[in-house]
Amino acid sequence: MIPAKKQNEETPHSSIPDEWFKPKEKNTEDAESVVRPSLSYWEDAWRRLRQNKLAMSGLIFLILLGVMAVIGPWISPHDVDTQNLPNQNQAPSLTHWFGTDELGRDVFTRTWYGARISLFVGLMAALIDFFIGVAYGGLSGYKGGRTDNIMMRIIEILYGLPYLLVVILLLVVMGPSLLTIIIALTVTGWVGMARIVRGQVLQLKHNEFVMASQSFGAKTKRIIQKNLLPNTMGPIIVQMTLTVPTAIFAEAFLSFLGLGIQSPFASWGMMANDALGVILSGDWWRLFFPAFFISATMFAFNVLGDGLQDALDPKLRR
Amino acid sequence: MAKYILKRFIYMIVTVFIIATLTFFLMNLLPGSPFNEERTTNEAVQRNLEAHYHLDEPLVVQYVLYLKSIVTLDFGPSIKQPTETVNSLLGRGFPISAELGIWTILIALISGVALGVFAALKHNGVIDYIAMTIAVLGISIPNFVLATLLIQQLAVNLGVLPAATWSSPQHMVLPIVALATGPMAIIARLTRSSMLETLTQDYIKMARAKGLSPAKIIVKHALKNALMPVVTILGTLLAGVLTGTFVIEKIFAIPGMGKYFVEGINQRDYPVIMGTTVFYSAFLVLMLFLVDIAYGILDPRIKLHKEGGK
Repeated sequence: MIPAKKQNEETPHSSIPDEWFKPKEKNTEDAESVVRPSLSYWEDAWRRLRQNKLAMSGLIFLILLGVMAVIGPWISPHDVDTQNLPNQNQAPSLTHWFGTDELGRDVFTRTWYGARISLFVGLMAALIDFFIGVAYGGLSGYKGGRTDNIMMRIIEILYGLPYLLVVILLLVVMGPSLLTIIIALTVTGWVGMARIVRGQVLQLKHNEFVMASQSFGAKTKRIIQKNLLPNTMGPIIVQMTLTVPTAIFAEAFLSFLGLGIQSPFASWGMMANDALGVILSGDWWRLFFPAFFISATMFAFNVLGDGLQDALDPKLRR
Repeated sequence: MAKYILKRFIYMIVTVFIIATLTFFLMNLLPGSPFNEERTTNEAVQRNLEAHYHLDEPLVVQYVLYLKSIVTLDFGPSIKQPTETVNSLLGRGFPISAELGIWTILIALISGVALGVFAALKHNGVIDYIAMTIAVLGISIPNFVLATLLIQQLAVNLGVLPAATWSSPQHMVLPIVALATGPMAIIARLTRSSMLETLTQDYIKMARAKGLSPAKIIVKHALKNALMPVVTILGTLLAGVLTGTFVIEKIFAIPGMGKYFVEGINQRDYPVIMGTTVFYSAFLVLMLFLVDIAYGILDPRIKLHKEGGK
C-alpha cells in the first residue's frame, strides 16, 4: 500500500502518517450487507452457460431454426407437396431459393417442413422419455429394496435390447407415420433417463430435508415431486438435451430407410435419401440442404448439451 | 466370478427370449397370411401351404415351433424370394457385414484412442481443440449423410475412390470411413476425459517421480487405466455400427446382411425381417455379454458379486 518511492528515503518508517495506525470506526449498518448479489443455482448456471461461446451459438442456431420451422413454410410462396414437373431439378434461384427436386417441389419449403418434423420428433421423444423415466426412476430409487430390485431387473433387460432394431420392428408392424415413430422411439428410449434419475434419487434420499418431509407425513408422490426432482433437474435437463439429437438421428435414419415419414410430407432423412438417386448428375443442392441441417441441428444440440453439463454440474461449482 | 458370468448368461438368454417372443407376436398382429395376396391359389393348395408352414396350427403350437426353430438356428424360408431361405441369406451376407464391422471397429478404436490421448496430453492446446472439434463433428454428422457426402466429393467429383460395391481394398475405404467416424468420435471424447482424470492420479506422479520415461508412463500407467470406460461402451458402439451397416450397405450397394434386411423391410418379407432381427439381437446380446465379462476380468476394482448402487 505504501507508494514505492518512499522506500528510497532515508527513514521510510517516519514517513508513514500516524493516522494510518488509528483503528477504523466500526460500521454497524453495512456489516451484514453482502458484497455481490447472491445467485440462485439457475442464475449461476445461466451465467456459466453464457460464457460458453460454442454452446451459446448452438442455442442461437436452435432458436433461429425453431423460428424458421414455424414461419419458413409460411413465408415461402411454394407449397410443400405441389409438384411442378417442368421445373424439376432446378438449381437455387430467386424463385426457388434452395432449388427444386425431381418432382419440381420447392426444396426451401421442404427443408423447413423437415425442420418441423425433426424438432417435433426430437422434442416429443425427450418429453415422453422425461415423464416415463422420471416417474419410473424416481419411484425405483426412492422405494429401494425389493421394488427397486425388480424395477432395475426390468430396466437391465430393456437396456440390453438393441434400440434401433426394436424401433424398426415396431415400425414394420405399426406402419410408418409421425405418431408411430414417436411411439417406437420412446418404447425403450426412456430407460436411460430412468437410470439417471434413480442414481440421483439414491444419493439424495437420505438427506435431512427428505426426512423432514417424511416426518410431516408427506406422501411418496409429493416427496419425489417436491423434494427430490427439483434437486436432480440438472442431470435431467442434460439428458433431455442429449436425447433430442438421438431422436432426430433415429427419425432421419428411419426415413432414409423408407420407414419414416412418407411422401408427400418432407423429412430431412427422406430428402437425403431422394438425393442419393441424383448424386451422379451433380445436383448438389438436393443433398446439401438436408445434410447440412441434420448435421447442424445435431451439432447444436450436442454442444448445447455439453455446455449445459458443464454449467449445471454441481461438481464443477466453486 | 463364476456367479457373475452365470448371472450375465441368464440375462442374455432372457433378453434373446424376450426379443424372439416380441418379434413373433408383433408379426402375428399383422393382418393376413403370407400366402393370400396377389396370386389366387386354390383352396387345397392354400391349405397345403399353410399346413407346410404350420400356419393352420393354434398360435401356441406355432410359437413353440418358432422357439424351436430359433434354438436350432433355422429361420425358415424367404417369402418374396422362393429360392432363398433366411439362412442362405445370412450365410452369404453375414461374412461381408462382419468384415465391414470388424474393420470399422478396429479403425474407430485405434484412431479414436490416439486422438483422445493426444488431445489429453496437449490439454487446452491447439491439438486438443482440433481433436475435439473433429469429435463433436463426428458425433453430429449421421453416418448416412457422411456416406453420401463422401461419395459425392471423393467418388463422383474427384473420382479418386470407387463409389460402390465391395470387391477390392479401395472399395472398402469409403464405407469404413463413413461408418467408423461416429464411433471414433465417441471413443476420442471418452478417452480424452478419462485420460485427463487418470493423469492427475497419484500413481502417475509417483511414476514420474521414479524417473520413468514419459512414453512408458503414458502407455503403461495412464492409458491402461484410462481405457476402462472405453471397454464399457464397446457393446453400445457395436450396436451402433451394426445398425449403421444397414444404411451403409444400402448406400454403397454392398451385398451384406444389412442390405438383405433393408430389402426385406421394403418388400415386407416378414420371415426375413423376423429371422434377421432375432439373429442380430442374439449376436448383439452375445457381444454385450462378452464385453461385460471382459470388463469384469480387466478391472479388478469392480466387485462382481455385488450390485453397485449406481
